[in-house]
Amino acid sequence: MRTLLAAIAFLLAAAAPAASAQLSIEITGAGAQRIPIAIVPFPGEGALPPSITAIVRADLDRSGLFRTLEVPPLAPAPTEASTVNHAEWRARLADALVLGSVAARQDGRFEVRFKLFDTVKGADLSGVAYTLSRAQVRATAHRIADFIYEKLTGVKGVFSTRIAYVVKRGPRYELQIADADGAGEETALASFEPIISPAWSPDGRRLAYVSFENKKPVVYVHSLIDGKRQVAANFKGSNSAPAWAPDGSRLAVSLSREGGSQLFLVNPDGGNLRRLTSSSAIDTEPVFSPDGQTIYFTSDRGGSPQIYRMPAAGGEAQRVTFEGSYNVSPRLSPDGRSLAYVARHGGRFQAAVLDLATRQVQVLTDSDRDESPSFAPNGRMILLATVIGGRGVLSAVSADGRVKQRLTISAGDVREPAWGPYIQ
Amino acid sequence: MRALTIAVLAAALAACSSTPDQEQSPAGVEERKPGAGPGAQTQPVKPGSVARVDLTSRPSDASPLKDPGSILSRRSIFYDYDKFDVKDQYRELVEAHARYLRENPRAKMLIQGNTDERGSREYNVGLGQRRSDGVKRMLLLLGAKEEQIESVSLGEEKPRSEGHEESAWSQNRRSDMLYQGEY
Repeated sequence: MRTLLAAIAFLLAAAAPAASAQLSIEITGAGAQRIPIAIVPFPGEGALPPSITAIVRADLDRSGLFRTLEVPPLAPAPTEASTVNHAEWRARLADALVLGSVAARQDGRFEVRFKLFDTVKGADLSGVAYTLSRAQVRATAHRIADFIYEKLTGVKGVFSTRIAYVVKRGPRYELQIADADGAGEETALASFEPIISPAWSPDGRRLAYVSFENKKPVVYVHSLIDGKRQVAANFKGSNSAPAWAPDGSRLAVSLSREGGSQLFLVNPDGGNLRRLTSSSAIDTEPVFSPDGQTIYFTSDRGGSPQIYRMPAAGGEAQRVTFEGSYNVSPRLSPDGRSLAYVARHGGRFQAAVLDLATRQVQVLTDSDRDESPSFAPNGRMILLATVIGGRGVLSAVSADGRVKQRLTISAGDVREPAWGPYIQ
Repeated sequence: MRALTIAVLAAALAACSSTPDQEQSPAGVEERKPGAGPGAQTQPVKPGSVARVDLTSRPSDASPLKDPGSILSRRSIFYDYDKFDVKDQYRELVEAHARYLRENPRAKMLIQGNTDERGSREYNVGLGQRRSDGVKRMLLLLGAKEEQIESVSLGEEKPRSEGHEESAWSQNRRSDMLYQGEY
């Protein structure tokens, strides 16, 4: 009976985040070595739905680096102040343990305190206290998950970051922003004409994108906080493929104003236009290296679309991809060492990662319509769009190809994902 | 003189649009008699000594652009996979629109290039642009003015057919010529 109750409680807790999320996540693969971690429900968190610890568990499980353990109800329920019997938790197969509590404050806000323990070493890995309102439960839970992830893996977590993507429902296109777990989605722009290529400004406050609302592609810069939109490029012809310089001062775009599709630099307000490439080819999909010194882009100057790189100040381009006859949509990892892109193999379009130093290529998926890869800000996961059963879905793959998640939306096609930066 | 100009333009056009990697005889262009082709019959009637003012019909009703019997009502050019050249079967159509633009200097045209759904959305914007640029270049060589025409690309974003096989894709590899007021 006791285990049944525990199982039901666990199922309810696990179901809570999924039920409120429009994008639901299915994990289709997991890392080989996952850290077993016990996260005991925080006494008092029932007053603050949805459950903080359920969101933390879902975050850690989704990363593919953790396996969260089922914890039977304990009486009295331990908190961060409890004395921990490490041997007992090791016997429950936990290598790590999280204890905490939630308390209501006089001012109507809440305080959550938690501590992380290494049960193998028998060590207290420190903890944190956060003050939050009812509206900040998800954000707080993601911060706790980020804290645990960083303490135990040594890599900064990305649970507090956001993603942008486009949903098509019938004739309607919506540019949406959601938490990295797909929850809390908000629509930044709704239109009856297509929206493509959203690109986050480095500070995460603005999105550049291409909208077809004027019956042609025009590049806009959209401030998320107030919805103000600025035209960055609306020249004669097509204006497309915006990419931010790492300092946020300029955009690289592909314009047809002087014939063909050529790369230009322009300020986010549309000023200071400067031509970057001069070829008779299609030059598009520019992206800056993290140090801002180099621009990677797609060009068919060699006869088939391949990825090239050139100095951001202008100059000679060098070819980067050689295998195959169709390599497009380059994206640099945050450390600048690898390149995610889409390669065509026998009519199938698959996301791949190229190690720029060793020139080794790893194909990441076995799908056939991958598009628009983008790295998580910690470089561990790659978000991409693919088509399953005739419907657009988002998929996240670990940079080593081992962990795979799928994000689907109840009614509609999802496409054009872009993983946002760390929130400052 | 006028016929000569058109002949020169047609020759220039043939030189411009023939793709070297395609087996295509240039003879097709020589066979045409500029000014006497079927396209010529659709030219508006020259005004006589009395200018007629007709308030009984709206101008758009009389426009050959809307007349299903006129070649000018046709607006789409279709392409083979990964091709950008305007096939011979559309030459007459492009010539008729060039003539309309020449004779109506205030007319403005938007050419939207489109691709099928395969591949990168942004690269497809580039491919669609190459298609619409090709049509624009032909129209300019045939006497239309730069300021009359804007060529743009919709990439794969506005398919005419929603299917996922060649029969749909062949409908979506397309340039559409739209006149001001139609887009």
